Amino acid sequence: MTSSTETVSTQDIIDYAARLGDDALVIGHRLSEWVSKAPFVEEDIALGNVALDFLGHARMYYTYAADVSNKQNGTDDITEDNFAYLRDERQFQNHLLHELHKGDFAYTTARQLLVDVYNKYFIEQLKDSNDETLAAIAVKAAKETRYHCRRSKDWTLRLGDGTSESHERMQLALNDIWGYTHELFELDELEQRLVDAGVAVDCTVLKADWLKEVTAIIEEATLTVPDQEWAVRGGRQGYHTEHLGHLLTEMQFVHRSFPGAKW
Amino acid sequence: MSLEKLELFEVFLRSKRGLDHKHAGSLHAEDKEQALEYARDVYTRRSEGVSIWVVKSNDICASQEDDSDSFFDPSDDKPYRHATYYDIPKEVGTM
Repeated sequence: MTSSTETVSTQDIIDYAARLGDDALVIGHRLSEWVSKAPFVEEDIALGNVALDFLGHARMYYTYAADVSNKQNGTDDITEDNFAYLRDERQFQNHLLHELHKGDFAYTTARQLLVDVYNKYFIEQLKDSNDETLAAIAVKAAKETRYHCRRSKDWTLRLGDGTSESHERMQLALNDIWGYTHELFELDELEQRLVDAGVAVDCTVLKADWLKEVTAIIEEATLTVPDQEWAVRGGRQGYHTEHLGHLLTEMQFVHRSFPGAKW
Repeated sequence: MSLEKLELFEVFLRSKRGLDHKHAGSLHAEDKEQALEYARDVYTRRSEGVSIWVVKSNDICASQEDDSDSFFDPSDDKPYRHATYYDIPKEVGTM
């Protein structure tokens, strides 16, 4: 860490890194639910790859949060697993969009488009964080994220501009999830403190670029950007939809049943 | 999506700069752009390649088993087509 980040508390850094880890882990787990269920085997492998990319990002963020926690507490036994497996629903602070159920393939594609394009802009900004570890994680994640965007755009065009059924399913999915995108561009007090310190990304400034790019893709896919006003928020405060609890139950079951088990 | 609408592609990988592309396998995809992405996901996850070619399997014209007699057998009795058939005069030295 550089000197300028020492003006913010280590707990803020831990919480922020854990949030970014939560986003990556939760959507990675959602994507992993497609394994063995994708439309055909090539796509099955591709989805599994993307899920693993997100899992890798989560591990980097959680490991960093664990390292800072150990330094803060004078311990050496906090690991990434504490963050992934031993926290409950209210302690997870991922954006709600990431935890929504996997849905049909159009739903997954629509969500992935919105998330991947967001991540592309987010990670570009995170590269400039004056927290060296977060900046280094962003550099590592950037290439994968560009590939994710390419895939999501590709599938959005295929499905949106495909058959009448695939078009309809894509439009329904976009309408269903659009209201969850607003909180991606909001800062709470914690993140505002970290933005002021040059650590966190000011996600409020990402919206214009994000909206322009997803609108262009959605329209090229002959779909319509939803114009609904409703918005759901709360993920960063630990208020979740009904979907996260089920996800955690499945994801944490083995670790909680057999603590410390190794393969 | 129904598999019948997908086409079969052959995948060729160049493992290192300077080496030739080698056949790695095949996969299904809707078109060549998607085939290239799947080839990346299916065949290059463990750093197997630095370059990928995909070709529609239908576009490959291949010799047939039935052609073996006329294609390959005639060369069996023409040893003079191999360099080893010739004695090299001493004066030439090592080639």
